[in-house]
Amino acid sequence: MKIRYTGQKAEKEVFQVFNETMRQLIEQDARVVYLDADLMGSLKTQELWKRYPGNVLNTGIQEANMVGVACGLYLNGFKPYVHSFSPFASRRVFDQVFLSVGYGRKSVRVIGSDAGIMATHNGGTHMCFEDIAMMRTVPGACVVDISDPVMCGAFLKMTRDRPGLTYIRMPRRDLPDIYPPETAFAEGRGMLLREGSDITLVGCGIMVATCLQAAELLASDGIEARVIDIVTVKPLDEELLLDSAGRTGAVVTAENASVLGGLGSAVAEYLSSVHPVPVLKVGIQDSFGRVGTESFLRKAYGLTPESVALRAREALKLKQAL
Amino acid sequence: MSLSSKRELEQMALNIRLGIIRAITSNHGGHIGGSFDLAEMLAVVYSDFMRVNPEKPDWDQRDFMIFSKGHAGPALYAALALKGFFPEERLENLNNPNSLLPGHCDRNHVPGVDATTGSLGQGLSIACGAALAGKLRGTDQRVFCVTGDGESAEGQIWEAAQFAAHYSLDNLIAFLDWNKMQIDGSNDEVMRLGDPVRKYQAFGWNACLVKGNEVMAIQRAVRRAVEEPNGKPSMIVLDTVKGEGARCIVEMANNHCIGFSDELCGKVMEELREQGRKLGMEVE
Repeated sequence: MKIRYTGQKAEKEVFQVFNETMRQLIEQDARVVYLDADLMGSLKTQELWKRYPGNVLNTGIQEANMVGVACGLYLNGFKPYVHSFSPFASRRVFDQVFLSVGYGRKSVRVIGSDAGIMATHNGGTHMCFEDIAMMRTVPGACVVDISDPVMCGAFLKMTRDRPGLTYIRMPRRDLPDIYPPETAFAEGRGMLLREGSDITLVGCGIMVATCLQAAELLASDGIEARVIDIVTVKPLDEELLLDSAGRTGAVVTAENASVLGGLGSAVAEYLSSVHPVPVLKVGIQDSFGRVGTESFLRKAYGLTPESVALRAREALKLKQAL
Repeated sequence: MSLSSKRELEQMALNIRLGIIRAITSNHGGHIGGSFDLAEMLAVVYSDFMRVNPEKPDWDQRDFMIFSKGHAGPALYAALALKGFFPEERLENLNNPNSLLPGHCDRNHVPGVDATTGSLGQGLSIACGAALAGKLRGTDQRVFCVTGDGESAEGQIWEAAQFAAHYSLDNLIAFLDWNKMQIDGSNDEVMRLGDPVRKYQAFGWNACLVKGNEVMAIQRAVRRAVEEPNGKPSMIVLDTVKGEGARCIVEMANNHCIGFSDELCGKVMEELREQGRKLGMEVE
């Protein structure tokens, strides 16, 4: 597809798109409610809170209760969105999300911000690498890792009436523009961002742009990489993955999350059962978080274009050895 | 508002206990203790206060009943069957394989159940959300919620308690089944609850203590909560005895979730028949 990635920071930050989109949703549909657990300041949504007191509600620092309240609001006619930092929106409330939302068949959108290394200076206590792995196990869930501000707005809108758990994982800022405005996204549909026949790079979230950069590095060595933004880690775009594995014979996955149970696991689980090819994983290798800037943390955890390119070369060797 | 008489409510409570026994004996056991002691509360709420439509369980103006202590499913199911949400024969499916009546409250399988519960501490939050929704929609819906005393050790209960007061949810009427017992022993042995009335008052609720087996006391307390909203949620602490309604159950050291032999069933039925005779009811 046609993309507008230049490597520059996006025109609009994710939190701006979040604010604009929630405002539109509330204006269009009085049953939309957005709950936050005392992190409106972080998402800069206090203006929305003031302006729409019947739709924007603060629960204070009680994430478990917030998820339950969202479920009750749904039962009595509302369309709740809840936000906290990703560790508190997933790990801390996993039972509430799994049972009260998932098993109890409510329609709730959970937004986990500052996922993975994007927690930067909040450090290890706030750095959530395992949310994808956990949320994937909720039957019926949709798990999306936002790679671009346009995608953020699109998913907030398109999941408004989606039954079950929708988990939207996103940084608050510093994403690049990848997609033109009005790009149509769909649950379970990955985006083919670059054609290539030697290897497939599958990324999600902030690692999508990293894959595009890695593809440039590889191209300078004559290696043509096909690049996919998987968009939703669950449901997985199996058709696109199978087609790509068939065309390229080797896959590298890249995620700002633990490789245990994350995107790499999902891709390997699928391909190993239908079309086994080497699948190498770039991501957090069984580590806790730590403090740092994004660029420091990318180097510390190997989330750089160079790491992706290195793994791609390793994958190519494995492919040739088959 | 025309309210039921003492005799009518006691008959309803007995019918609820009979339904619980029907359900639990069909599966040779279950959560009897904390189900039996809720019979009077359910009789009062479902006879006099719950505005629901068994023909249309998801009616969008209905009152809600959320069992935060989800293991008391058999009690709620018995009340729902009596209200006509499903045929009473269905009670005999409790926890059978492919059952349409899972032991813990399940909104997806049982008409009239408003929330799926069982992982303790979560139901009061859901009740808060439903009550808040009623406020935001401007309806006069009431939300009833049943919590347990062992459950009150869960932190989420107190998150919800704070939330309900902050949002002035005076359409939320909660009960605490204070039977003083939990799986591993008494509350005092396992985790002291202290004085729940004073705790809820300190959280900004209306709170009172009523005898859990006195239908008229429960009726008065619910009526007050319903008719005199004052900007505060209401907590009606039910002073109960776990297994109330059958001496042979009450006298057990642990009656939380027990197997049910034919002999035990016979003994319980003997007691319930005796109660029926006093209330002028034929109990089979």
